[in-house]
Amino acid sequence: MPVDVEARVIANTRLSQDYNVIALAAPDIASASAPGQFVMVKLGRGLVPLLRRPFSVFEVLRADGRITGLTLLSKRVGVTTDMLFEAVEGDVVSCLGPLGRPFQLIDPPAEAWMVAGGVGLAPFATLTEALLDRGVAVTLMYGARSDRELFYLDWFEARGVRVMLATEDGTAGDRGRVILPLERELRATAAERDIMIYACGPEPMLEAVANMAAQYNRPSQVSVERVMGCGLGGCYSCVIPVRDDRGGQRYVRSCIGGPVFAGADIVWNP
Amino acid sequence: MTDLSVQIGSLTLANPVIAASGCFGYGIEYADVVDLSLLGGVAVKGLFLAERQGHAPERIVETPAGMLNAIGLQGVGVHRFIKEQLPELRRRRAVVIVNICGSTLDEYVELARILSDTEGVAALELNISCPNIKEGGITFGCSLAGTFDVVSAVRKVTRLPVIPKLTPNVTDVASFARASEDAGADAVSLVNTFLAMAIDVETRRPSLSNIVGGLSGPAIRPIAVRMVYECRNAVKIPVIGMGGIASARDALEFMIAGATAVQVGTANFVDPFIWTKLLEGIRAYLTRHQMPRVSDLTGTLDTSTRD
Repeated sequence: MPVDVEARVIANTRLSQDYNVIALAAPDIASASAPGQFVMVKLGRGLVPLLRRPFSVFEVLRADGRITGLTLLSKRVGVTTDMLFEAVEGDVVSCLGPLGRPFQLIDPPAEAWMVAGGVGLAPFATLTEALLDRGVAVTLMYGARSDRELFYLDWFEARGVRVMLATEDGTAGDRGRVILPLERELRATAAERDIMIYACGPEPMLEAVANMAAQYNRPSQVSVERVMGCGLGGCYSCVIPVRDDRGGQRYVRSCIGGPVFAGADIVWNP
Repeated sequence: MTDLSVQIGSLTLANPVIAASGCFGYGIEYADVVDLSLLGGVAVKGLFLAERQGHAPERIVETPAGMLNAIGLQGVGVHRFIKEQLPELRRRRAVVIVNICGSTLDEYVELARILSDTEGVAALELNISCPNIKEGGITFGCSLAGTFDVVSAVRKVTRLPVIPKLTPNVTDVASFARASEDAGADAVSLVNTFLAMAIDVETRRPSLSNIVGGLSGPAIRPIAVRMVYECRNAVKIPVIGMGGIASARDALEFMIAGATAVQVGTANFVDPFIWTKLLEGIRAYLTRHQMPRVSDLTGTLDTSTRD
């Protein structure tokens, strides 16, 4: 059951000119959230911006064995993300959550390959922790425009995650899109090995990942981001076309039917 | 003890605060965060006879103090609603106002017949004002004869309170309230959204796939208040006011202008817990102004000349 918390900003770390990680004192939401779930966020009570904006829960914060809050990974793209970038300790952020259907977890010997594009890294910290707790081997394939926009590599490596990179300018890993290391790994991996591909990033990337997973007969789960009004299923704005069982398609609200979908269920070019 | 009850035709609502159609799903979506029985009523998402896909995304875009939507009335259709959502709404003791839309006059009549034979429906709201679909709907709502015809036809086949929901996209909304009253409506609700448009100047593409959409939110409130005021002066039947209500103060403004009850839409997207805040705020106001009944507030606008 989602709750609405007036969460105090505990810390705000700028990672670059437009990426930041903001820590919010929202322990109730953090405790209840599962990897892949999101929160709807609004700063202040003003009318511009009017609506909340969705953000994946990035990290669950702990101190002395207790959950103290959560963080959001944000990239400046509009008014709310500008405000999140500028927010300072002590500011208050309305935080509604946890919302949405989380990733389905797997168990060993299945392995997890997480494919992240840019700010699409966000749901993979909590997913990594949940999978490692179950003893699942985790790989992160992470793409960005350049090495200056690759963050938290130490965080993943310190936990034993195998990390592969791709940058559009070639400053780290493969030159090009993150689909390059994914295809190489898929080609090199024996069919008997059980792999689950998780993906989050821009929709063209998700489409490419889902199609490639299907081509190699691998299951995939993708976390989509659509323009969302309410996060609770009220407004019907965040729909995505999903295959129905009669060979057609129907619009499913990504806030309550997602944001995580089986890659094979989405109709990418309706 | 403050009496928050209001009367809409034969229907008594426990309080004047109704969830607006199109902004609250079928109500079930909110059952985890809101006790649906605390609301004066739940106006469910507009229903056609058949299921509808709705428009392709993008379906909404935010604008200053408001939003545009062109959802296109995606919906499960009346039969699935009765089977799948209505029982749960009844179990939650929601007062269910079913918003109905037709492509033809016969479709409105058929919907009204079906729902009149269904237990657990409190009233019918006639959607003759959705700006986002080509067929039916607003075609009736933009013509006085069309409004009169559809309200009369539905009136003949149901005993449920009939509440046409009016569009503000006309020159004189009060004349549409009068046509509704003449045709036997029990109340009118207004306003639906204002036909509007937004453009991404970088791509020179419309922000919505439907090109145009309906504007809602606090941006439209002063126009909506004016229209409720005009309708109140034009008809004797109750007026249900809506348009950008985001606080108890806003709800009270509509009631003073002449609304018997109010609907809240866009603000629910921002704060799904708004309902108890609205009711507490209304109650506090009545106590402060020593008014025992909220119904005494309706139409109390003081326009006398000050000395």
